[in-house]
Parts: sequence; C-alpha cells; structure tokens
Amino acid sequence: MTSTHIAQVKRASRLSHDAGWGYLMVAPTILGLIILNIYPFFHSIYMSFSETMLFGNWEWVGLDNYRKMFSDPNMWRATGNTLYFVLLTVPLGIFLALAFASMLNSQIKGRDGLRAIYFLPMIVAPAAIAMVWKWLYNTEYGLINQFLGLFGADVKINWISNPKLALPAAAIVAIWSSIGYDIILLLAGLQAIPRSYYEAADIDGANFISKFFHITVPMVSPTMFFVLIMRLMAALKQFDLVYMMITDTNPAFQQSQTLMYMFYRESFQVGNKGYASALVLWTFVIILAFTAIQFVGQKKWVHYDQ
Amino acid sequence: MTTLQNTVKRPHAPIPVGKLVLYAVLLAGAVTMLVPFLWMILTSFKSVGESIRVPPTILPAKWITVNYKEVISTLPMFNLYSNTILLIFFRILLASIFSSMAGYAFAKLRFPGRNLMFGLVLAQNMLPAQIFIIPQYLMLAKMNALNSMFALVFPGLVSAFGTFFLRQTYMSLPDDLGEAARIDGCNQWQTFYRIMLPLTKTALMALAVFTAVFAYGDLMWPLIANTDLNKMTLASGLSVLRGQFTTKYPLLMAGSVLAMLPMIVLYSAFQRQFVEGIALTGTKA
Repeated sequence: MTSTHIAQVKRASRLSHDAGWGYLMVAPTILGLIILNIYPFFHSIYMSFSETMLFGNWEWVGLDNYRKMFSDPNMWRATGNTLYFVLLTVPLGIFLALAFASMLNSQIKGRDGLRAIYFLPMIVAPAAIAMVWKWLYNTEYGLINQFLGLFGADVKINWISNPKLALPAAAIVAIWSSIGYDIILLLAGLQAIPRSYYEAADIDGANFISKFFHITVPMVSPTMFFVLIMRLMAALKQFDLVYMMITDTNPAFQQSQTLMYMFYRESFQVGNKGYASALVLWTFVIILAFTAIQFVGQKKWVHYDQ
Repeated sequence: MTTLQNTVKRPHAPIPVGKLVLYAVLLAGAVTMLVPFLWMILTSFKSVGESIRVPPTILPAKWITVNYKEVISTLPMFNLYSNTILLIFFRILLASIFSSMAGYAFAKLRFPGRNLMFGLVLAQNMLPAQIFIIPQYLMLAKMNALNSMFALVFPGLVSAFGTFFLRQTYMSLPDDLGEAARIDGCNQWQTFYRIMLPLTKTALMALAVFTAVFAYGDLMWPLIANTDLNKMTLASGLSVLRGQFTTKYPLLMAGSVLAMLPMIVLYSAFQRQFVEGIALTGTKA
C-alpha cells in the first residue's frame, strides 16, 4: 500500500519533472514551426482572399482570386501539365528503380562501381542537371539528335520546344536524376528480404518471374509505398527542372508550365501574391487528394506484416 | 534429389543468357547515367565554335579553359561557393541540434500536449513547402533581412522531417538505458546528452546527408530570398548564367561543372555515408 503510494508519488513527480524538460526541449522546434509554418499557412489562406494594393497594403476581395483562378485557362492547363508530369514520371520511375534495384542486388561483378554510377545524378543540383540536358536535347547540335542521326538522315527533333515533347523530355530528366535515390531506398528494402524465402521458392520450383511477383514485390511494398508518396509529392511540386529548361519565351511554355512554375511567376515575377496564394492552396488540395487516395489504396497492395 | 540438384546447380551454372542480358542492361543503364556528365565536361573545354560543329567532335580539338575563366569573371564564384557551403552547414547544424532535442522529448518524455505538438510536426511534413514561401518572404522583407545568409537559412531554422526522423530513432532505443542513467544520478538533460545522443550518430549522419542534398539542390527559395548576385547559391547562380549565355553551351557547361564540383567531391569522399544515410531515411520514415 505505502510502497505503491510512494511509487505513485514518484511517478507523478517524475512526470512533472519530465514535463519541464519536455517543454524545454521541444520549445525551439515548436516555436520555429509556429513562426515558419503555422502562421504562414494561415497567412497564405488569408492572402488568397485578398489582393495587394499600393504600399504593401492588402485588401479583402472575398472569392475573387478563386473565381479568377477557376476560370483561368492557364491555371487549368498548368494543372493538366502537372498531372501529366506525374503520370509520365511516377509509374515509369518506380518501375525502373525497382527493376534496376533488383538487378543491382543480384550477384554480379563490379556491383559497387555500378551502384556508385547509378547513384551519381541524385546528388547533383537539379539546376545543373537541367542545363546539361538542355544541351543534350539541343535541336541542331545536341548529342541526342546527333546520335539518332547516325541511324538515318538528319534528325532535328525539337525536344524542348515542341509542345508535345517538352514535358516528356523534362520527365525523362526527372527520372534520370531521381532514380539513384529510389534505387538506394529499394535496395535497402530488398536486402531486408530473408534469403530463405527465395530458397524455399527454389525448392518449389518457382521461376524468376513468379519469385519477383510473389516474394520481391510484396516484401518490398512498404518501401515502394514510401518511394511512391515521395515521388508523387515531388512531381506535383515540380518546378526546378522545367523552370531551368523551358523559359517563358519557349513555344512549348504553355504546354509545360507546371502549377509551381505558375505560382513562382505569379508571386515573384508578376507580383500577384494574392492570386499566387490561391494557386498554391489549389496545389495543396490536389496533393491532399493524391495522398488520401494512396493511403486508402495502400491497403490493397502494401504488406506490413513480416 | 531435386533439392540437391538445385543447391548444387545454382551457384555454378547460372543461365548464361540471362546473366548476359543482365550485364547488358546494367551497362546500358550505367552509360545513360554517365554520358551526360562526360558530355558536360568535354563541352566545357571546347570553344563555342567547336561545340556547334556538325558532326560533333568527341574530344576537344584543343582543351581550352577560357570558358571557366569567363564564368568566374561573370559570377562571383567564391561567394556562391561559400554561400552554398554555409547554407548547408547552418541547415545541418540547426536541424541536428533542435531535431535531436525535440525528437528525444517526443520519444522519451511524457508531458501534456505532447501528441498535439507532435501532430504539428507531422502536419508540417505533409504540407508543400511552397505554401509557406510568400509569408516567409514577407516576414524577411519586413525585417529587412532579404539578401542575407539568414534569409537563405530561414525556412530551415527547424526541421519537421528531422524531428520526426529522430523521434523514430529515439523510439527504437530501449527505455532501460535512460532508467539506468537516471539511477546513476543523471538528470534528463544529461541522460539525453551523454547517454542517448551518442547512440544516434548514424541517424544524425543520415539527417546531415538528407539536409545537405536538399539544401544544395533547392532552387525556388534561393531565387526568391536572395536576388543580389553576391548572395546567391550555386543553384540560383546557374539560373543567372542561363539568362546571360542562353546558347553558349560551353560556358553553361563550365558553370554546371563548377556548380557540381563540391557535391561530387563530398560524395566521392563519403560515398558510404551518403548511401547508408539515404537508405536510413527511407526505413525509419
């Protein structure tokens, strides 16, 4: 009785002791989040209902920005471009990353060297990558057209100035630059699969394909889910590659401008911060919808039990 | 019988065709990954005239360094390097310190409001960073702090991802460890600082890699916060170069080489830490 009582008192005093340290230790982070994120989040919402006036004043305009946005063909085109970019990069990117991760996980010579090469682009700034690929894609002198020219007549494909090709061309660069990162994550997932699973399947006479779909994919599905969410977010927020490769004077600009590109132009080049805030909130709603769908959908294919 | 055959067969007689295809595909992939880098380097040493020769020369007819000289005289390279390196340094330092403290508290200490506050961390993690950008910019403008190192670091003063990641790390450390330290007379801070923190070295390394790669690659924020050429990062400096030299590709390639250099050097030196770090951010999150 007394001993439990003492224990209770001890626990209570420890709790309050804990609490003091707890608040102290989370204080910088929570304070930072309030100043840098929570306040700005609500400020963005407020701004989306206002308009900048002279001398940095704001005027409440109600739903004007949203009305303008939903009747703006450029916004719908940017939304379409962004979704198209997701479609171009995410499924193929994840498929290639898993395929190459599986190959780089097998017993082969020069494995470490090969891995280092595949990982290389991910550490390079997208701005620099965009410059290099813009040069490779150059219509007259780019390496890609010159290379294709070896097989036939003069090849003059307008990779990044043809409205139909510009976004797919940027998507190739996006996959090229992020595949290393995804391979690392998936390799870690693959290496965690016990060898004995494959050995058991070998005994049952399973072939490569059925082992891949019945052991590899389900076992690595939590990692794939993580990669999927990360890539979805990155693709929906695409800015840097398209911004660096396709300038606003490019004939393919309208067919390539992503939502975040439009947001950047509206807020910091046109100076329309209210409208830009509405745009970023619209992007947020799209991201939220995608994330929700993925979290519901994961129940069908992600296996968390070991 | 069949089992014996299988275990004997597998390591010694792999299907040669399959193996051959495997090597071919991996090699083709590796070439695809490397050629853009090689072409960038080769172009950067060619004259503008040579770069637009048809058919193209592979190796420069004459290796010239004038492109690099022109880039260095156009961009304040020393500033761009030091700005980028300092930005990465401060981001890593702040993320490690604040996220360690908060991560430990969220994982090991009980206090009212803990779940609510951790909910804030999770929520921030899910929101696109661009949603905060205009207000963050306006705050800096009000403080008269645009075009400074502080402005570059500003959105990364604290890290929600780091907090979440280190909380997961501390969760995986046994509670007994803290109890034992407490019995030995350590207070909460000492338990954290002397006993627990040193055990998270690998996770901190991972956070450092993650922070460095993203701070170095980020383009939109540096473009917005620091428009003064001397205060830019390597990434935003490149966008200036693009505007200036539009189609003079040897110059643009020289700029790209210079912008990539610090990260390539770091990656070569710490390749294992890079790879393990990124793998860890995936398994914990």
